[in-house]
Amino acid sequence: MIARDILEKIEKEHMKKAVTPFRVGDTIKVHTKVIEGGKERLQAFQGIVLARRGTGLNASFTVRKISYGEGVERVFPLHSPAVDRIEIISQGRVRRSKLYYLRDRVGKSATKVKGVGRANTVAAANAVVSTAAAAAAAAAAAAAPAAEAAAE
Amino acid sequence: MSLGLLGKKLGMTRIYTDQGEAVAVTVVDVSDNDVVQVKTADIDGYRAVQVGFQNGKAKHLTKQEQGHYTKHGTPLKRHAREFRLADGVEAPAEGTSLTADLFQKGQFVDVIGVSKGRGFQGVVKRYGFAGQPASHGSMMHRRTGSIGCRLTPGRVWKNQKMPGHMGQVRRTTQNLQIVEARTADNVILIRGSFPGAKGDLVVIRPAKKKSAPAA
Repeated sequence: MIARDILEKIEKEHMKKAVTPFRVGDTIKVHTKVIEGGKERLQAFQGIVLARRGTGLNASFTVRKISYGEGVERVFPLHSPAVDRIEIISQGRVRRSKLYYLRDRVGKSATKVKGVGRANTVAAANAVVSTAAAAAAAAAAAAAPAAEAAAE
Repeated sequence: MSLGLLGKKLGMTRIYTDQGEAVAVTVVDVSDNDVVQVKTADIDGYRAVQVGFQNGKAKHLTKQEQGHYTKHGTPLKRHAREFRLADGVEAPAEGTSLTADLFQKGQFVDVIGVSKGRGFQGVVKRYGFAGQPASHGSMMHRRTGSIGCRLTPGRVWKNQKMPGHMGQVRRTTQNLQIVEARTADNVILIRGSFPGAKGDLVVIRPAKKKSAPAA
């Protein structure tokens, strides 16, 4: 096999089968697995997607929120198992691929992105979330090629 | 010392652990590893195993090399390297195929490769010298600086670091951990990086200074 093919194969195995199709400008809720005192729980981080970068296994995204008056940004690796679930709260319509200008905004304008303008609704997008969770569960339970084929 | 494998560096990527931790890995192709010759203390004066890698065509090999492989009944190989065997370690039979499962997950290995050639380089890149000021009238940006004293010793010390050819030398990276040995693809995933460009020949052997953690 060619080098590129093997690398792609390995990367594909570690990629998630389905990811919520969120976009830059959307307000999303990211549920991450946190291990505290030997126990695992889910922690949510809700904010506006500032940027998506990278392709394939290396993809990541930046979420910004205003917490107690202070701007907080977190960068999540899209395919990390620690990112359990992504939920779209509302969709935004933006004309930039990177919303770094929001960092300079103060007050209400800092969190405001124009509302829905896309054909698919929040519900439709979140429907993919649940199938993603189901696919993940199926893959974890079986880890069989059949489950992978079904997800694809 | 014990048996290792030859491989071709395919490139780097990353994988995630179950905890969500990203691990940088280098992927090495180890297909077509065959034991060509077993050297014994009686005949050769030392114990070793010669491993051949990458099947080749006759036109790429000299007559002597072709004869060597035909004599031992193995396919023609592009590369061959020896691994010395310690006393008491049993040698595999000639013609045995070695695969990725020679190494286990979690095991530590040393990887030997030839570093990328950098050509003739100055002292800042080659040895990490700090260089001199970029501005404020400085006209000595990346120069070597002083290379010695005065009448005593009256010469430049041996091994004084100076500009010159950098890279393309054999280097060993020690104690790298095996993340995964994939027998299906005959590929090994090794944590971290090691010398060499993609497609270069590398030698993987069990680490000399670190053994696998008790699993």
